[in-house]
Amino acid sequence: MSLVGALRDGGIVARRNITGVRRTPGALVTGVAQPIIFVLILAFVFGGALGGDDYRQFLIGGILAQTLTFNSSFTAVYLAKDLQTGLIDRFRALPMSRVGVILGRTTSDLLTSVISIVVIIACGLLIGWRIDAGIGQVVVTFLLLLLYAFAISWIGAFIAMTARSVEVAQSLGLLWLFPVCFISGAFVSADMLPGPLRAIAEWNPVTAVATAVRQGFGNAPPSGFAAAGGWPAENALLYATLCCVAIIAIFAPIAVAQYRRISKR
Amino acid sequence: MISIRGIRKRFGDHQALDGVELEVPAGTVQGLLGPNGAGKTTTVRVLTTLLVPDSGEAVVAGHSAITDGHAVRRNLGVSGQYAAVDEKLTGFENLTMVGELYGMRRREAKARARELLRDFRLDDVADGKRAGAYSGGMRRRLDLAGAIVARPPVVILDEPTTGLDPRGRRDTWDAIESLASGGTTVLLTTQYLEEADQLADSIAVIDAGRIIAEGTASQLKAQAGGGRIDIVLGADADLDDARVAIRSVGHDVHIDERSRRLTSPAHDGEDALLAVLQALRGARVPVAEAALRQPTLDEVFLQLTGAPAETEPALEEVPA
Repeated sequence: MSLVGALRDGGIVARRNITGVRRTPGALVTGVAQPIIFVLILAFVFGGALGGDDYRQFLIGGILAQTLTFNSSFTAVYLAKDLQTGLIDRFRALPMSRVGVILGRTTSDLLTSVISIVVIIACGLLIGWRIDAGIGQVVVTFLLLLLYAFAISWIGAFIAMTARSVEVAQSLGLLWLFPVCFISGAFVSADMLPGPLRAIAEWNPVTAVATAVRQGFGNAPPSGFAAAGGWPAENALLYATLCCVAIIAIFAPIAVAQYRRISKR
Repeated sequence: MISIRGIRKRFGDHQALDGVELEVPAGTVQGLLGPNGAGKTTTVRVLTTLLVPDSGEAVVAGHSAITDGHAVRRNLGVSGQYAAVDEKLTGFENLTMVGELYGMRRREAKARARELLRDFRLDDVADGKRAGAYSGGMRRRLDLAGAIVARPPVVILDEPTTGLDPRGRRDTWDAIESLASGGTTVLLTTQYLEEADQLADSIAVIDAGRIIAEGTASQLKAQAGGGRIDIVLGADADLDDARVAIRSVGHDVHIDERSRRLTSPAHDGEDALLAVLQALRGARVPVAEAALRQPTLDEVFLQLTGAPAETEPALEEVPA
């Protein structure tokens, strides 16, 4: 299947998805409320013990990485719903690209992530978080966030294609997010974690994205935090980008392979 | 236009398709008639490239559904028993999207969507109303319209009227008839002999994954032993006289005393009915009701398989 065909069909499906989201905006409440709740809990419940005002500068990069990771569960649920209603069967019987349906979903779900990013930035500014970097660096940081949101969405797509039902996609799509987001340097410095967890956290893509975002926005860690060392921390932007590319390279083919084989009943 | 040769498919312990053979000439309507679980939907899923069989070959519009799925999908329209329309889009948006996914330009797809909504009498509701708010019959018509957006030479309809009320069924039949009159080759699965009779040029009966009979509706009915004569009497006292009279003209008769109903086979149709009625008049037996009945799907099945058909209009279940 040609790349042009995939992009064209992906665009048609993405437009259809966005129309659907626009008509049921209630589904976006989670995408908006969840980052607000996380910002407030971490800034004011745990944040006091972790460095107060300094911690808030540190926190926003982590919240961004964590929220975008969580947003992959929207992809999983939406696709599982299309599978369950038989719409995917309809698409599979059309002479369209085999990548189109999933590509359309992962693309349109970027809209949810853009909304999440805007909400977090606004929340951060309200609690005293500031950007301290040049415009070029800030633009690159936003691009990284979008790339990461797109990449992680393919994992959600793979979960939907494997789970086949909305209920299973919903629970599986959330379950893996907790260890991945919390055994990371999203909310504390990776070096504060014990032994093996530290190694996992240092190489965790969520850590890489959070670190790259902090560096991009010029947010220094609180003085009490051990400076994160190691290659991934020192090359956070490069490593985060490589992670995104690797995630797409792994999950896009297996999600599409599942799509080709899947049958609703 | 459709050629199925020796298709087999097994799901676990269940042999869903056990060597299905079927040829559908171009421009004809083929009915695929069978009870739940006979293999109708599985056959459709093979033809629509959604399922790869364990063995056998399926050719649609000159392309193999197994090795050249994309070419088949380009020449094929599909409408299923679950009416897979996007509930959040309007009818117009649904059809436009399907048109674009068939490769039409947006403007062309929009024009075609309008045309189809008019043809399917959905144009008064389709613009403002989401498909989720349509009635069952309207959704089914929208799904059917989606199958012919790109004017494919072959259309496959999986139980297009299952679960519809009589009015919705009638509307769907009209739509299918106009499709067939335009020269489209149609394969239609159904559980209803009446529906196959109404719409199909030729009917194949499927049971336990095999085609067990093929022919026109009247050929199948004749195979099932033709029709039967049903007589209902007004008074219990006449039952014995009626029995003697009917036997006197050479017919077997079965009597249900409670309903005062006498049933006889009618191999020669209306002649037999006339003979029986004359015999009853000769014996001065008053008749409350008299009818010449066609065999039901149940009787056709009983004759062909030795087992009664399951005629519950429930959803067909095929393990995946």
